[in-house]
Amino acid sequence: MDIKRNYYEDIELFKSNTILVWSILFLIFLGILPWLITKYHPLGMSLYIVNLITIHAIVAIGLNILVGYTGQISMGHAGFFALGAFTTVILILNWSFPLYIALPIAGFVSSAFGFILGLPALRLKGPYLAIATLGFGMTITTIIKHMEFFGGRMGLQTPKLYLLGTPMKDIHYYYVIMIIAVLMVIGAVKLIKTRVGRAFIAIRDSDIAAEAMGVNLTYYKTLAFAVSAFYTGIAGGLYAFILGFINPESFHLIMSITFLAMVVVGGLGSVMGSIAGATLMTFLDIKLQVIQDIPAIGPALVTFSQKYMSIGGISNIAVIVYGLIMILIVLFEPLGIFGFWIRTKRYWKTWPF
Amino acid sequence: MFGQLIVSGLAVGACYALLALAMVIIYKSSEVLNFAQGEMAMISTFVAFSLLESYHVPFEWTVVITFLFAILLGIFFELVFLRQAKDPTVIGLIIITLGFEMILMGFAGWKWGPDQRSFPFPVSNIEAYNFYGLIISKINFWTILITLVLMFILFLFFRYTKLGIAMRATQQNQLAARVMGIRTKWILSFTWAISSMVGAVAGMLIAALGILDPPMMMDPLLKGFASGVLGGMTSLPGTAVGGAMLGIIENLFGGYVSLSFKSVVAFIIIVLMLCIRPSGLLARHYVKKV
Repeated sequence: MDIKRNYYEDIELFKSNTILVWSILFLIFLGILPWLITKYHPLGMSLYIVNLITIHAIVAIGLNILVGYTGQISMGHAGFFALGAFTTVILILNWSFPLYIALPIAGFVSSAFGFILGLPALRLKGPYLAIATLGFGMTITTIIKHMEFFGGRMGLQTPKLYLLGTPMKDIHYYYVIMIIAVLMVIGAVKLIKTRVGRAFIAIRDSDIAAEAMGVNLTYYKTLAFAVSAFYTGIAGGLYAFILGFINPESFHLIMSITFLAMVVVGGLGSVMGSIAGATLMTFLDIKLQVIQDIPAIGPALVTFSQKYMSIGGISNIAVIVYGLIMILIVLFEPLGIFGFWIRTKRYWKTWPF
Repeated sequence: MFGQLIVSGLAVGACYALLALAMVIIYKSSEVLNFAQGEMAMISTFVAFSLLESYHVPFEWTVVITFLFAILLGIFFELVFLRQAKDPTVIGLIIITLGFEMILMGFAGWKWGPDQRSFPFPVSNIEAYNFYGLIISKINFWTILITLVLMFILFLFFRYTKLGIAMRATQQNQLAARVMGIRTKWILSFTWAISSMVGAVAGMLIAALGILDPPMMMDPLLKGFASGVLGGMTSLPGTAVGGAMLGIIENLFGGYVSLSFKSVVAFIIIVLMLCIRPSGLLARHYVKKV
């Protein structure tokens, strides 16, 4: 069943017809999703939330290529995200580029910075790399904050985009973002399965062994950073449009940590896991921000807050839950949602036994 | 101007050095880079603030109670979260400390709200001493003094007490230390306690120099890492020197080049140091191969 007869069979996108059929069904589902959501509002979802989830999924996939597949930690992805967002907006505002040109340029600017960050990363491991990338993320936002060109502390208003003369709404953005996301998912899956991805995985497992096998460490490590930054930059460009305005304050350290949390919760080294992680964490974040509106728990928490805590900071419960989930996942399910899925699948495969 | 910048840089650098010391004590003994250090210090500072403002506890007792709280917090984190991880990877350990950071940050935001407050330190930050024309504000002077005294105590502790020697033994070789009859698990908890306490001092000083609010330790955290990298993540005296140097360099940059890009200095120092001399100024070079 699982025997691969040649290389081309291994790098096929759809391993079996079952997967092909399910993928097509899923694409159709994505196509009609906006209609379903505007009609039924399941779980209080709105198109804005779905767009945000999709964008976070792109970031999570990009980060997973770096953290999960290449084994290089990054705590500065909010920096790349900010770079993508500001580049896109500035290109459109100052030189009125169309979106389909501005977005790839933003991606490449971001990946150029990723390449630059990848250079010191060649000599660094684990904790030291975390420090360097952390510094990178915080520095990028500091620089953006203090330059008038980027709008300074106030940030920039995202320009309105027009599609055939009418201003674009959430539903148009949904299709734009979703098409880009699907392309990027396919790109990531293909990348991982071919030569480059194998080199990444070899570096993760042991970089010295990989080097001995003939993997060019300089090339592939910087490439991993560049690809990861490219994904994040594109996502950042899209993020600017669904948010409506961008200011440097919002791309802080906590954002980088949230991205990392999505990857870890979804499962290191799994593209589908990243999507699941991004979906779960974004949804939780948005719902917990307004925890006082949840029936039963909400009012109780409000009275508790009034008595012992401060009522103004009740949305901070989201941060606490985030942190707890991160720790619990590492302690009890190191492969995240993906690991859970694998175990369930294995259990049912041999079910009666 | 120059002397002034050096002195105020030294005061800030002293805080960085303390924070970096707290991280290095842990990094040496368990190879965990504690990203929650800043937030642990922040929570301790908030506890001190509450004691002073809401319960009107005298300052000396506040310090004692805050230290106790910091010790318990450190031990709690080690026992409840870190020890439960079964052969964790480097990334896993970093994620655990990040998760704890977020929990503490959320808790502080929930309990004390997002307002900026001033920490009622008993030393005024307006009055100043005048040493032969060099004006040192009282708070800077006391910050430097407290840091020096604390470092001296730490030095004595690690050099001469039985517990300190046991801690150093555990840092050098955990297995050998255990064979020699040292309870390495207790020592680990104790390391966290000491580190958390040192961090709490740093937190209180930083709050006294600036303001007190939940995200206040974001910037100092990076500076702490930078001083650790500058002096060497495995060397306590190196970290102290690194912190002082970083504070001075940063302040000179802020005074003569550009005030708004002051915090970029830390990042540049990190990258340069890691590229040129990854082990830091005062630590021996050591490369782990496989």
